[in-house]
Amino acid sequence: MMRRVIRDWIVVTLIFAGTAAGSFAQERKLGGIRAPSAAPPVPRFRFENFTTANGLPSDHVFSVLVDRDRVWAGTENGLAVYENRAWKIYTTKEGLAHRAVLSLALDKRTGDVWAGTMGGLSRVSAGRIESYTQLNSGLSNNVVYGVSVEGENVWVATASGACRLNLHTGQWSLYNERNTPMREIWVYGVSATATKVYFAVWGSGLLEYDQKTARWDIYDDPDNETELVLFKDQGLIHDIVSSVSYVDSIVWASTYFGNSRYDGRYWHNFLTKDSGLPSNFTNVVKGVDANHAWFCTDKGLAYYDGANWAVYRPSLTTGKPEMLVRDAEGRTSKVPVSTAPAHNYILNIDFQGSDIWVATAKGLSHGILEQHFVATK
Amino acid sequence: MNGSRTKCCVRGGAVSWLACGAAVLAGLAMWPAVNRPVLADTEATAGTQPDYASPLELAISPDGARLYVLCQQSDEVRVLDARTYAVLGRVSVGRVPRGMALSRAGDRLFVTNSWDDTVSAIDTRALTVVATWHVAAEPSGVVEDFAGERIFVANRISSDVAVLDAKTGEEQQRLMAGRGASYLTLSADGKRAYATHVYPNPPEVATSAANRTAPESEITVIDAQDAKVVERVPLHSIAGVFHLAISADGRLGAVAEFHPKNLVPLAHLEHGGAFAYTLTVFGADVGKPVEVPLDELERYASQPFGVVIAPDKSRIYVTIAGSECVLAIDAPRLLRFVHDRPRPASGSYARDLSASANYVVARIPVGHNPRGLALSSDGRRLFVANRLDDTISVIDTRSLRVSTTIALAGPATMSILRRGEQAFYTARYSFQGQIGCSSCHIDSTFDGIQWNLEPNGFGIDIVDNKVLEDIKDNAPYKWNGANPNIPTECGPRTEKYFWRSENYDDRTLTDLVMYVRSLPARPNRWRQPSGDFTPAQERGQAIFERAVDKFGKPIPIGNRCSYCHSGPKGTSQKLFDVGTRKLTDSSGIFKAPQLTNIALTAPYLHDGSAATLEEIWTVFNPDDKHGRTNDLTKDELNDLIEYLRTR
Repeated sequence: MMRRVIRDWIVVTLIFAGTAAGSFAQERKLGGIRAPSAAPPVPRFRFENFTTANGLPSDHVFSVLVDRDRVWAGTENGLAVYENRAWKIYTTKEGLAHRAVLSLALDKRTGDVWAGTMGGLSRVSAGRIESYTQLNSGLSNNVVYGVSVEGENVWVATASGACRLNLHTGQWSLYNERNTPMREIWVYGVSATATKVYFAVWGSGLLEYDQKTARWDIYDDPDNETELVLFKDQGLIHDIVSSVSYVDSIVWASTYFGNSRYDGRYWHNFLTKDSGLPSNFTNVVKGVDANHAWFCTDKGLAYYDGANWAVYRPSLTTGKPEMLVRDAEGRTSKVPVSTAPAHNYILNIDFQGSDIWVATAKGLSHGILEQHFVATK
Repeated sequence: MNGSRTKCCVRGGAVSWLACGAAVLAGLAMWPAVNRPVLADTEATAGTQPDYASPLELAISPDGARLYVLCQQSDEVRVLDARTYAVLGRVSVGRVPRGMALSRAGDRLFVTNSWDDTVSAIDTRALTVVATWHVAAEPSGVVEDFAGERIFVANRISSDVAVLDAKTGEEQQRLMAGRGASYLTLSADGKRAYATHVYPNPPEVATSAANRTAPESEITVIDAQDAKVVERVPLHSIAGVFHLAISADGRLGAVAEFHPKNLVPLAHLEHGGAFAYTLTVFGADVGKPVEVPLDELERYASQPFGVVIAPDKSRIYVTIAGSECVLAIDAPRLLRFVHDRPRPASGSYARDLSASANYVVARIPVGHNPRGLALSSDGRRLFVANRLDDTISVIDTRSLRVSTTIALAGPATMSILRRGEQAFYTARYSFQGQIGCSSCHIDSTFDGIQWNLEPNGFGIDIVDNKVLEDIKDNAPYKWNGANPNIPTECGPRTEKYFWRSENYDDRTLTDLVMYVRSLPARPNRWRQPSGDFTPAQERGQAIFERAVDKFGKPIPIGNRCSYCHSGPKGTSQKLFDVGTRKLTDSSGIFKAPQLTNIALTAPYLHDGSAATLEEIWTVFNPDDKHGRTNDLTKDELNDLIEYLRTR
């Protein structure tokens, strides 16, 4: 799946490079607006938004997950799946652990969807739901902020530490302040692979678990300042980590005070003052590959391609659709758009080929890739 | 590959063998009634079990030349000439084989070994095991896809379907199936695999009355090309789902199942209060799935197991394991019934004992405990594996009579245990032949259901059905310890409250008791092969055996896990009040249950109110009466459970 996403994005980037050049040539012919060489090849989308008005069980969408033609949305009032242009809703009546679905993960081998809720962890398998709670299972806590599936293991981030369910043995292993370097046990996110598992811990930085050696490591803010950044690019930007995404051996970590990228040796931090981020307050970062990532902030959705940035949102002042672009030299521009994600407050994102699906505080947005790109002043 | 386990034995002397076989067949033909057990002789012995074959499943080669017989007790596959019934060979497999399937070309035969957790791949030309692959816990059903790329294996304990690479045996994924996943069928076009399961699924919605809800089961439909579950066909009020058949045109499916009536007192057998035995039919010919009864007025079809559909879809044949017969169903009449009758809102005709007269056209007596079925490609000969007779009945489907009974070579005498096993599996002793021991103790284990066994009122003294493993010398019996020994448990209690009909004679009761006493524990899947404990299991054992709580306070001896659950079986055999009495219980004093394979037997507590081991302590132990546990952290409780799983 990840290879597919990467491939799609490479294709998208090439398409944009090509179409951008073509468009600019056309713009010149039509009188031109701006120097084409400054226009970065970032994607533009047409957004279609889903709310309770067209089938969602709630406008508060915490999480989104794409599985081929299916799109799952974890909302405050149930788990919704969009297939064949219709929504199907799962609630506690069908066995969902809780109506508020905070996180989602796909077991690519089986097609099962794992839903972290405010009342436990649910496994949705071809319509049947099995729920694990802190009372009926070894789950450490019912508030499940994050979930990630790797092989036969389901890794879970909860309000009381992390845990792992081995699907073959049924054994739960709990990770907390007693057996890891975790100083706080409020675990907000988890990203698991066969080699490394990373945990985003609110107030305790980033935890790394090496699957081979079973050793733990902790990455935290080297300046230990909650309000200041004294040592930029020297380590994690802040200890209040809200999410983590491990892809292509690169760690992408979001915090409420900026974002970080770590390649195993060097850190690079992203702040509003020196990047295209619309806000340092970031709910989720999702890496596409080593150089591309999406940032879900409280002031819009941001895309980074390794050099250029784009922001998609309703304008903070007018509420009108807005797309902002910042190139590698720091030059900014606006791209005229007629649609935007349903809200500025972005909580999650997932990819469907070259399209994106975005969870926001007021609806779920489907970003459909458009082939034309026009930069304006 | 496990060549050392392979045994191929082609018996020589074809002429003498044929002569011998002819004599045997002649003898069998003169039996007055094939469903009567073979008379036991005076040499019957207890304590040892001769090497019976116990044929469980059958398969016919694609060319119709061979009949493969899976012999569960002798751990082998016997290969017969499908026309002469001469033995062509024997292939040893693993322990307690349960499922068998041929590849599409018939060149490979796959056998699941339920006690070894392996699959044997047999080369059918050489009749040797060419590979033995490890799979998950208690593999049962097996099928290979048409492309020969994947093997699907239903695992009863892990309740899933494993997908293996058909060439290497490497497991690719495990798909969640129903609880106790056991039987698999491939559709005629090879596009779908259907899995069924013998224990009901856990209730999807946890409620305080979850142990008093009708059981729910499913048919798990797997896309064989994508190897993913695409649908779960719900089977309401069903627990115990066995073989499933799909018609050659793919438009009709039928699955054999138990419909327990566990919400009313079981003792009300005279009111039909125990089980309905049914088929659920589904597919394009049916529309929405429909449950149809196999029972007749005054004569039940106890414990249906195997199902086949004739190639021309004229008939459906079902083995009725507890009633020692095969039902022949006229499929077009069944479909007319389903379409013409007003359909109940529930989609079930299970309560209508007059229904089966519309479509059951014959009830054909066969041997003891008929299980697997195989139909010749022309549909004229139906082979039936009589597990507890070591015979195979050959039914002429035109006359609907047994034309031949093939005796599998084996012990000539009947052991006490064998007679006891026959008594265990038959429904002949109960009123109208409704139930046998094995109706609730599926394959001599349990059924995962909570029953209302006492005749003292609806909803009083609900009890969870216990597993029958290693229960000898473990008196008293019953949750309330009211039965001092197994003869009382199996004799007066069963006869009075359950059978409501015929008493056992002394010899049969002795046989039955000996059989029940002989039931071993299945291999524990949570113990490491080395015998060592994992760190979590070690920590859990320390908690189980501790005498001091985490605050340094001594735990009274009666409040330690290891006191009530002492000894090798994890029971002191004494009665205790651990604070689990419910409003519906006459008493709060219960016998400490043994811990043998406790991980397999959810739900827990006397009434099944604890859905999981965790709930025993997180929900039902608020005052620490069921052991001192409320000082434990979640990690420590998890460790305790890891240890309990090794018992």
